[in-house]
Amino acid sequence: MTAATTSSVTAKPAGENLRFYGIWLIGIAALIVLPQVFSSGGSLTSFSLIGIAIVFALSYNILLGQTGLLSFGHAVHYGLGGFAACHMMNAVVSRGWPIPLPFIPLFGGIGGLVFAMIIGWVMTKRAGTVFAMISLGIGELVASSSLILRSVFGGESGITTDRTALPKMLGWSFGPQLQVYYLISFWLVLSAIAMYALTRTPLGRISNAVRDNPERVQFIGYDPHVVRYLAYCFAGFFAGVAGGLTAINFEIANSALLGAIQSGLVLFSTFIGGTAFFFGPILGAILVTYLQLGLTNLTTAWQLYFGIIFIGIVMYAPGGIAGLLMMHRPLIRAGTLWTVIPSYLVAIVPTVALACGVILTIETVARYSGGDPINLFGIPFNPTSPMTWLTAAVLVVGGAFVARLTWRRIAEAWDRAATVARDRGYLA
Amino acid sequence: MSGAVSGKSPAIEVHAVEKRFGNVGIIRDLNLSVAQGERHAIIGPNGAGKSTTFNLISGHIKPTSGEVRLNGDLISGLQPFEINRRGLSRSFQVTNVFARMSVWENVRCAVLWATGHRYAFWKNVDSLPEVRERTAQILDDIHLTHRRDVPAGLLTYAEQRELEIGITIASGATVVMLDEPTAGMSHAETDRAVSLIRRLTEGKTLVIVEHDMSVVFGLADRISVLVYGHIIASGTPEEIRRDPKVKEAYLGEEAH
Ligand SMILES: Nc1ncnc2c1ncn2[C@@H]1O[C@H](COP(=O)(O)OP(=O)(O)O)[C@@H](O)[C@H]1O
Ligand SMILES: [Mg+2]
Repeated sequence: MTAATTSSVTAKPAGENLRFYGIWLIGIAALIVLPQVFSSGGSLTSFSLIGIAIVFALSYNILLGQTGLLSFGHAVHYGLGGFAACHMMNAVVSRGWPIPLPFIPLFGGIGGLVFAMIIGWVMTKRAGTVFAMISLGIGELVASSSLILRSVFGGESGITTDRTALPKMLGWSFGPQLQVYYLISFWLVLSAIAMYALTRTPLGRISNAVRDNPERVQFIGYDPHVVRYLAYCFAGFFAGVAGGLTAINFEIANSALLGAIQSGLVLFSTFIGGTAFFFGPILGAILVTYLQLGLTNLTTAWQLYFGIIFIGIVMYAPGGIAGLLMMHRPLIRAGTLWTVIPSYLVAIVPTVALACGVILTIETVARYSGGDPINLFGIPFNPTSPMTWLTAAVLVVGGAFVARLTWRRIAEAWDRAATVARDRGYLA
Repeated sequence: MSGAVSGKSPAIEVHAVEKRFGNVGIIRDLNLSVAQGERHAIIGPNGAGKSTTFNLISGHIKPTSGEVRLNGDLISGLQPFEINRRGLSRSFQVTNVFARMSVWENVRCAVLWATGHRYAFWKNVDSLPEVRERTAQILDDIHLTHRRDVPAGLLTYAEQRELEIGITIASGATVVMLDEPTAGMSHAETDRAVSLIRRLTEGKTLVIVEHDMSVVFGLADRISVLVYGHIIASGTPEEIRRDPKVKEAYLGEEAH
């Protein structure tokens, strides 16, 4: 739980500095070469969506992970950013302003920010349940208004725009998806750096303090309401940037952008990735967007899988993927990681069997009436055949039984390794 | 020592304060004056209202009636952070730290406002030399330098109590209020904490709630005895020791 959000880096040793910048540089390099390696239209589209989702999830974590604010309506700022960007693009085209496309996400950000500044003060008066409920209400309010205020939001069909009609920059028309991908990547890097830097400022540190103990903050000179408000404004701005990127990517903004589903998805991504570390939401956004794109083609029950994953993470790994990964750091440092690896390997087979059993069960139920065949990793199953049901039952029951034993082994191996690590002084 | 002699207004002045929770009057006609630079102990049985008095002075709760002054200025009704910015800092009887943040971060957060960085979002917190130096100094003072990277929630009880003191004095407040800083500590830990308190509050006004009478009589310039939300006696340790009301109401019993 510690490190990235809480550790106190005063004078970093040179090696640590190198590693810190190394990670960022590797990330940037990966963004640059990714489309060279996977150059199909489909992967470019996926990468673009993932980049936007990362900005959005990172902005959400300013609230959830950094300030301890659980919002159910963050997509409001995302969507309004999208609308602001669309209107700006159309205005640039119709008025002939000399503003090229790469500047448009900034206006998306301003759209998200302005709304955050307006509603944020009342919203952030309280944290906890009160904030969560108000955010839900505002989300519903804005989403339903967007269908009523047709001149601004374009009703059901939304506001369309043409990104290629804007002034060119460096000869780029931004017609091809590859150019849009690079534009998104540019803003992704810029936003990620800015949001990381924010965590290293006095406001960022005090946001953490407000998250941990809003009462005590008042006795060290800070008004937690102001801290929450400022955090809310920053989150609104970067959500707006993400919305602006979406508007550019799809050349449309509609009410779906600011609805509850988007708000739920960003909460989901951020939580699954892990809120305690800056990079957690990045992992979450990658995974969730990828799953979303992949699963929607494979199964009609994809939301059910999301639900299962979410419940599993909440119950067994509340630190998310990042939390799971970072748990291993003291073991790596103490050199005891190798003692737990064998128990992981042993656990893989029954765990995968259990997962297959669950998938088979869900798909059988989902497809029973339609009778569509199930294709599980290349193996065909008939949802109406008792053989399928038997296989599913055996996998679920047998898998669960054996998996539990192997998980217990992991826990034991973990305890031993962690004890050794602690004895060697590597655990907090 | 007294405010009247130096001609300055008292550091803390509580005048006719009442506090009711529902129908229950917890604090009744409370009057208290703490001079500049004085070490003032508040003693009294459990449930007498000592912590409530701290809450009233520090702005955590508002008096039902009456007024509280800090250095002559009316502060009752102000928010805790406003009172803190005027130079009054308090600790809590039940440890009240930032559990998921490291010891270093805990203290540093308490340094930020006083060093003028406020809500700044354009400065790198790691490259503020005066913040770093002050934080390091306080960690050194509370003997937690070797634990600086440990999340506060994982400290031992005694370490958390020391961190609690560290956070309280970090802002450099001139009026420091400590609510049972040594509660639950062993004898050796108490001795260490008391000498720490003595050193860190040098030249400041100190209000302390303490149950250990040897600590109280060794540390305090003046003592107030609070019983059932009312101060029954206020004076030097000698006066308090001799006061018959105090003997009857408090010191006669087994000290808590
Ligand atoms: N917020 C509150 N609501 C109701 N009663 C309270 C509240 N805070 C304190 N009290 C009551 O006030 C009395 C004094 O409490 P406290 O100030 O904590 O005593 P002390 O610190 O002297 O042990 C206790 O009886 C306590 O139950
Ligand atoms: Mg008390």
